[in-house]
Amino acid sequence: MSIIDQMGRYLQYPFVRYALIVGVLIALCSAMLGVILVLKRFSYIGDGLSHVAFGAMTIATITGMLAQKMLIILPITILAAVLLLKGGSRTRVSGDARIAMVSVGSLALGYLMMNLFNTSANISADVCSTLFGSTSILTLTEGEVWLCAVLSISVVILYILFYNRIFALTFDEDFAAASGLNTNAANLAVAVIVAVIIVLAMNLVGSLLISALVIFPAISAMQIRRSFRAVTVWSAVFAVIASLCGMVISILQGTPVGSTIVAVNIVIFLACMLIGRIMGRAYA
Amino acid sequence: MITCRNLTLGYDGQAIIKDLNFTVKRGDYLCIIGENGSGKTTLMKSMLGLLRPLSGDIVFDEGLTAGTIGYLPQRTDIQKDFPATVREVVLSGCLKRLGRRWFYSAADRQLAAENMARLGIAELADRSCRQLSGGQLQRVLLARALCAADQALVLDEPVTGLDPQVTAELYRLIEELNRAGVTIIMISHDLGAALKYATHILSFSDRIFFGTRQEFTALMGQEAQA
Repeated sequence: MSIIDQMGRYLQYPFVRYALIVGVLIALCSAMLGVILVLKRFSYIGDGLSHVAFGAMTIATITGMLAQKMLIILPITILAAVLLLKGGSRTRVSGDARIAMVSVGSLALGYLMMNLFNTSANISADVCSTLFGSTSILTLTEGEVWLCAVLSISVVILYILFYNRIFALTFDEDFAAASGLNTNAANLAVAVIVAVIIVLAMNLVGSLLISALVIFPAISAMQIRRSFRAVTVWSAVFAVIASLCGMVISILQGTPVGSTIVAVNIVIFLACMLIGRIMGRAYA
Repeated sequence: MITCRNLTLGYDGQAIIKDLNFTVKRGDYLCIIGENGSGKTTLMKSMLGLLRPLSGDIVFDEGLTAGTIGYLPQRTDIQKDFPATVREVVLSGCLKRLGRRWFYSAADRQLAAENMARLGIAELADRSCRQLSGGQLQRVLLARALCAADQALVLDEPVTGLDPQVTAELYRLIEELNRAGVTIIMISHDLGAALKYATHILSFSDRIFFGTRQEFTALMGQEAQA
């Protein structure tokens, strides 16, 4: 049986179709936001928040509220995003150290709680699937698919509408503020949207690998493109290609979804770096 | 067009500048000179409306508000490896004109093109900022500032790190803009340039001085004799 036939057969299952739709949408908006985060030197906020989301997930698990897990994870992660950005210069712990503390702190406490309030027979499997997202993308309910789809499409629409303001905010925050943009509110909005995307992306690749979805497509696009618009567009294109290829490969070969997507992202990045080198100065 | 009355500025309730009084009139070329940490940048941020004065007022007249002053930041504040073309950066100067619109209009694009031509960077429009020399980048940022406001510009250390020839060109460009009626407020380390181009000088050395260039040179002469 050819690969295409095999894929066609898999596509008859609704959960496979759901996974592909949600995977592409999530990867798309992570990558668009990734351009902002990478250029604003906020790459690690994504990582920190994903670990907070893991901690929140364990709370949902041990309280037996897995069905309504979004209701627990989303507010906690958004709150963490706001706190991480809000602190500013007046806190006693510097920005990167604060993110690292929140990040490993919630990872450790999450795992600790999983062990203390053990409700499942196989903790390591639970933890592993939360961290690396092994199969959760294939177990989405129709409701979750709709939620993911609506949220991701909203993010893309907001991004396009606010594109010019996003550029100004990312390129030169002081100038944007002097032009009358409320930069505090804008940064807050970015943080909240990042938190939402990260919670969604947890289903796709698991909390440890989310940063890869955020960072890789943007960095790859920056290797070969020189305008902000082109970097944003190509970042989105690479993200879609990587998540589609990654999911198809993982379905056909039975590899873990998250790490396969990340592996494809790494290949794209290496190719872009090579192309960037060869094209040389024209794109320097 | 800008009047500062009994202005006290600082961060977290701690004053850096106390009881500052000065006036900038249309077409003036004001140089603000002083040591690092003397409060030049703090004053600039207040004039741009980024920082609230601890006390006193900054009064703008003739429809001018903090948001209608163009602003050239220190070059070190701009990321060198940012992927953006010259056109994208200059167009972002029209941010204020967006108002409630989502996207830039043809008029905004036209304004950006005019300002690029005015500063001699039209042929660089599709280049990446990463490829520009220091002097070219300053022209790009100046064009962006002109898109934001063509009546008054605040320039923060515009020539820092530029070689002498590029510095001279940039000063000439700023002088031309001033002749064309743009009010210039320039923060500078460069006393020589201040004495050459400025009409007024605000100095933050031992004590605050504000006056015309002639008054400033006279004062310096007296101090040299004393």
